[in-house]
Amino acid sequence: MHPLRNHKSYLASMGHRLSGIALTLFLPFHFLLLGSALEGASELNSLLAYSQLPLVKVAEWGLVMLLGLHLLFGVRVLFLEFTDWPTFVGREADRRQGHLVRVVVPSVICVLVLGFLFLIQAW
Amino acid sequence: MSLDKSVVNVSFLEVKVWRGKDDGELVSYQVPGRENQTVLDVVSEIQRSHEPSLAYRYACRVGVCGSCAMTVNGMPKWTCRTHVKKVMDDGVLTIEPLRNLPRIKDLVCDLSPFIDTWQQAGAPFCGTKTRHEAPANIDPESKARKAADAGLQCINCAVCYSACDVVSWNKDYIGPAGLNRAWTLVNDARHGERQSTFDKAFGSGGCGSCHSQGNCTRHCPIGLSPSESIAGLKKSALFGLPKV
Amino acid sequence: MERSLFLTQRLTAMALGPLVLVHLGLILFAVKGGLTAEEILLRTQGSVGWALFYGAFVVMASIHGPIGLRNVLREWTDLTTGLINFVTAGFGFLLLFVGIRAVLAVTQTATQISG
Repeated sequence: MHPLRNHKSYLASMGHRLSGIALTLFLPFHFLLLGSALEGASELNSLLAYSQLPLVKVAEWGLVMLLGLHLLFGVRVLFLEFTDWPTFVGREADRRQGHLVRVVVPSVICVLVLGFLFLIQAW
Repeated sequence: MSLDKSVVNVSFLEVKVWRGKDDGELVSYQVPGRENQTVLDVVSEIQRSHEPSLAYRYACRVGVCGSCAMTVNGMPKWTCRTHVKKVMDDGVLTIEPLRNLPRIKDLVCDLSPFIDTWQQAGAPFCGTKTRHEAPANIDPESKARKAADAGLQCINCAVCYSACDVVSWNKDYIGPAGLNRAWTLVNDARHGERQSTFDKAFGSGGCGSCHSQGNCTRHCPIGLSPSESIAGLKKSALFGLPKV
Repeated sequence: MERSLFLTQRLTAMALGPLVLVHLGLILFAVKGGLTAEEILLRTQGSVGWALFYGAFVVMASIHGPIGLRNVLREWTDLTTGLINFVTAGFGFLLLFVGIRAVLAVTQTATQISG
């Protein structure tokens, strides 16, 4: 990885962006699937049957994790942008950098827990 | 000529330096390693002893003027205050011009796009008083003054501009230094164009493009935090300009 | 325009935060034992609460997603801003249309539940 990108806030920014792209492109299909209930529950059911396929289950699991990730990295952005940053003493630049990345690891851990919960529920 | 004792029994550094413009190449030089040696020392030694035509910029050599920034082993650095020992990568030092700016020759970039962003951000100070009036009475402990103070002292070295990925994606983006400057003015009670500066800083290519990656804050050689200044501008879009 | 889009993006994000949390909770609850139309429709049909909840979700997401895509396209492609605005606005209206249609499909009582 390029040395300029080898740090947590880059990971957060890129994770936020890529998960956002994936979720946005997934949305129309999600809505079309649910909209099929207009033609009756059986139509929706026949489409939902695909959700039992292992590959589709893995994709669902991925989407749930992406949604959680996008939410948490989004919360990071909102906090950075709309709250006052703590006043730092000592090595200012290092502390400020710390403020930018503090929530990144906890966010990833939360998402892994979410993914784990989804897995034990779905299987 | 007296013998330079620090060079006796010394190991040599492998230094790769960018030569030419966009279609140039890295050229290797062997430079004696010394106990105390900055990257700028190495570049100067190459220019004096190996390659008289090597183009590079510097002026003060003590971290005040902001002229000597270059890319050192992939990172933007002020070379006069960067010790070789701290940036060596497997005994190799690779020195290139700054990223995100047009190259002129060797290690020299054209800084005009960077300087232009300051104008784009509404950077010029507009005083409201004449010399016949008393100076403004500013409380140094007020929140706005502290926010302005925190962003002053920028030396215009363009390290943040070079470090920023958003600048590399979007050439219209004002970038960290210009937006940091705008934030200091928005917090300055003496500035007559606070709203106009804020509007410019939030225009096309303005602070809305920042992704809080924080490379500017990571790399600012004097420890400013443009990330925080940009966050302040964004916050003002929601809550209004800071009270001064 | 950039400031309005920025603010709209952030305000919809603030609205979507709690909506996504509830949605994620519901997913974890609903996915147990596999998804069936009966389960989904029994929960949602005739429910004004779910209609409002997912109606709000659809509206917010249809605004939030396309603004994000606009930023991505402007930074990562060479397309002109005019074209990007056109495409992402169109995508937003598409999302809104199929989204509201989906909410109506699962909440209106007219749909018969059949095997």
